[in-house]
Amino acid sequence: MKRGLIMNRLDNVATVLDDVEKDEIVSCKGLTDIVELKAGEKVPRGHKIALSAIPAGAAVVKYGFEIGYSLREITKGSYVHVHNVGSKRTEE
Amino acid sequence: MKTLFGYRRPDGKVGFRNVTLVMPVVACVNHIASLIAKDIPGAVAVHHEVGCAQIGADHRQAFRTLLNTGLNPNVGAILLVGLGCERIDPQELAADLGKSGKPVEFIVTQQLGGTLSTVKRGKEIVSAMVSDLAGMKREEVQPSSIVLGVECGGSDFSSSLSSNPVVGYVSDELFALGGRIVLSETTEVIGTESILTKRCASPEIAAKLVDRIRKMVEYSRGEDRDEVNGVAVPNNISPGNVRGGLTTIEEKSLGAISKGGYTCPIVGVVEYAETVGSTPGLWFMDSPGYDPECTTGLMACGCNLVLFTTGLGTPLGNPVTPIIKVTGNRKTVERMKDDIDIDVSSILEEGGTFAEESAKMIDFVADIANGRLTKSEAFGYADFGITRIGPRL
Repeated sequence: MKRGLIMNRLDNVATVLDDVEKDEIVSCKGLTDIVELKAGEKVPRGHKIALSAIPAGAAVVKYGFEIGYSLREITKGSYVHVHNVGSKRTEE
Repeated sequence: MKTLFGYRRPDGKVGFRNVTLVMPVVACVNHIASLIAKDIPGAVAVHHEVGCAQIGADHRQAFRTLLNTGLNPNVGAILLVGLGCERIDPQELAADLGKSGKPVEFIVTQQLGGTLSTVKRGKEIVSAMVSDLAGMKREEVQPSSIVLGVECGGSDFSSSLSSNPVVGYVSDELFALGGRIVLSETTEVIGTESILTKRCASPEIAAKLVDRIRKMVEYSRGEDRDEVNGVAVPNNISPGNVRGGLTTIEEKSLGAISKGGYTCPIVGVVEYAETVGSTPGLWFMDSPGYDPECTTGLMACGCNLVLFTTGLGTPLGNPVTPIIKVTGNRKTVERMKDDIDIDVSSILEEGGTFAEESAKMIDFVADIANGRLTKSEAFGYADFGITRIGPRL
């Protein structure tokens, strides 16, 4: 099983600690518990996977804070990165 | 938290060390200060490069750093060593330090006959101070006595994913107990303005914080500085960062500032080495990230303990305040085993959770507060550096 890490209980993304292939199960270590989910696509080590569906325009949350917003709807288990996340700070 | 025992100072502040500080007021007498403190247990000399040939804000900052170093509650008594012709007046500094009620004396080399006579007189004074301080008893104190600096240096991937977040949970827990946490490294918070301002206790604090970040952005944009210092510039999310999985500048900076916790409010912004106020919560000190200067600033602003996260490992220590080294990189635990105090590598390897590791860290912080030595203390590290903001004359 592949490993993931959830930084804060408010987060809707986890960081994967191994290279993850489509349909592989990722076991994500949270603050106190473990969340398992199936990867919808390939996610490289050190990159992020969606823990839940994120509607278009909604906040992408890591460390308990908004690190950006979704450019389009992101489904649970999807790869989350620059292709589907924007930064208001960078757009300023 | 375990019961804490500290030293209550005449000004009401609480320290966890009982240092007799031998402080040169100008760099010209650094060696004399060292000779005075040498072989006297409990006496520590600092070295610095300031005290003269500084003007304006730079001079005021140097004076403030020396003053607030002496006022740190881990310091029990102070001997100032002057040369006699320097810009910082030892008599003035001694008078300001004396308002704390701590024993303070000063000696001036040009009035005593030079090196040997000054060392002899200094040793007489310092040995008496050390003897008196050794008679002080630790007493039970509250966790709210802790002023915890949080800093990172020699960071790598493990810092943002393990050691910094664990320290963040410790910061939140300490706030819940009424403590103060001091975050700094202005270069590292660039990009998180909108997140941090929401945590500020008032619009005035938010405005001051944003102003400090903006100034650091402008400063780091200066001629040649990007290449020379590699200082972060706005939106500095490099192609390498993106390949590594970082999506936005917010995410990159949050990896660093998570040390300051997730829920505790930002209750004030202070200058480099300026004393933080008494309000519990997260304080921000405007400072470069450079480790010796940043840890010196944290100590001078009142931190009586510092949690220092490192990915690659660094030995740095401070003459006054314990610097507790934390790493989340299993390889660094081995490669730098002499210098690492806390190993949180189970987060990225196996087993450990943020909840477990932060609980262990709080226990360890209490042990250090109660007198257990950090690695850098046991080795006798006394790194001290004051950041410069003006030209030397």
